[in-house]
Amino acid sequence: MSWKRKDLLDIESLTPEEIITVLDTARAFKAVGERAIKKVPALRGKTVVNLFIEPSTRTRISFELAAQRLTADVINFTAEASSLKKGETLKDTARNLEALNADIIIIRHSATGAPHFLSRFLKSSVVNAGDGAHEHPTQALLDTFTILEKKGKIAGLNVTILGDILYSRVARSNIWALLKLGARVTLCGPSTLVPKVFEQMGCRVTYNVEEAIADADIINLLRIQHERQRKSMFPSLGEYSSLFGLNKKRLALTKPDALIMHPGPINRGVEIDSEIADCGRSVILEQVTNGLAVRMAVLFLVNGGKGPQEVGVA
Amino acid sequence: MSETTLILNGSAIQRALTRIAHEIAERNDTSTAVVIIGIQSGGVTLAQRLAAILAGIWGHAVPLGSLDVSMHRDDLHQHITPKVHPTAIPFDVTGKTVVLVDDVLFRGRTVRAAMDALNDFGRPQRIQLAVLIDRGHRELPIKADFVGKNVPTAVAENIRVKLTEAGGEEDSVQLERT
Repeated sequence: MSWKRKDLLDIESLTPEEIITVLDTARAFKAVGERAIKKVPALRGKTVVNLFIEPSTRTRISFELAAQRLTADVINFTAEASSLKKGETLKDTARNLEALNADIIIIRHSATGAPHFLSRFLKSSVVNAGDGAHEHPTQALLDTFTILEKKGKIAGLNVTILGDILYSRVARSNIWALLKLGARVTLCGPSTLVPKVFEQMGCRVTYNVEEAIADADIINLLRIQHERQRKSMFPSLGEYSSLFGLNKKRLALTKPDALIMHPGPINRGVEIDSEIADCGRSVILEQVTNGLAVRMAVLFLVNGGKGPQEVGVA
Repeated sequence: MSETTLILNGSAIQRALTRIAHEIAERNDTSTAVVIIGIQSGGVTLAQRLAAILAGIWGHAVPLGSLDVSMHRDDLHQHITPKVHPTAIPFDVTGKTVVLVDDVLFRGRTVRAAMDALNDFGRPQRIQLAVLIDRGHRELPIKADFVGKNVPTAVAENIRVKLTEAGGEEDSVQLERT
């Protein structure tokens, strides 16, 4: 085992061993968050930049807190308050940040491949915090971490991802991670949002929600991405809710130990009934806690992955 | 071509641990104040063995923990990604005598990191250090309280400690020259 990457750009290019390395490392960092003193000096003196060109609250805060718990200094950079509004290109913005000796740049951007683009000319580490509808690697890592923690394994589990797959970077990253770790993935939602082409990735696609959830060990619900849909992909939220929303009646069809996951933010009453979001099988808030541990692990690993590998001896 | 020399065999390792355990017992009058913490990963197995021997000497169980120091290392900026192992200290170290256990004492950096890491868990009354092998070449003012064997080495040489708990066929300590 060892991590040799300076960047975390996507899940697609990771090996199963690299994914396991992140999850193992995250377990140690989760324990740090449970101590009285929740901070370790692993990134002391390092500068981490949150370059969020697309709005985000929870991911940005999670990365910010992760960096602070590693004793790094954090700069938050949002599109609204930046020179991007004055016409500066993304490349120039990133090079300016690097000129300030930023060690790690965490980027969220509405364009697919923006983190990959930056990583080609930056010496700083680049971490993808979501690029368009392409990937959101740390979300997939925290989801697999949560599944592994709750179920003790990934391989052989039936995972159903329900909702807006087409516009979801969370879905794509999760599909890659789950398939690489040996889970069976079922996708379900309105046919306009769950194209059959996903079968080529190795997933099962169905439009029958009862069938999709019946044998699932994990049900991962996704939010409808209003902001990414160019035209209406289904008639109304009410109809989406009645056809695909997870309600009490549908929950009764699932395995009694099936876990309910959601990357947030949840739309109560649309993809999930309010009382299900708060029930004992929902691990939605644990995902948030685990997200912090996973992001600490990612920042720790990419920082170490920049140079020649040499495992320190006593 | 690497050349290996046997430094300690299985029974010598066990004799050294038994002696260290008796020295720990001799040094610490209040046995209930002593806790044993192994440094990941080489010190954990040795800490388990020491705690078992001490339990026999004192007639009561000795609290046992493990400590990973990779988040506190001072060489992280040299771009080393160590494997992070779990830290498990299921007791309060404040006011206790902590015996840190490691397999090999070399430059002293791991022990410094371990003392820093321990600070985050409380304020021990005192910290003592037990190592199976002291191979010299200290870069910090750190000295072991209990040593299994002093082994003069060259920097380029390597000490390899194999223990059956970690999947070795038999316990041994070897010196490797490359």
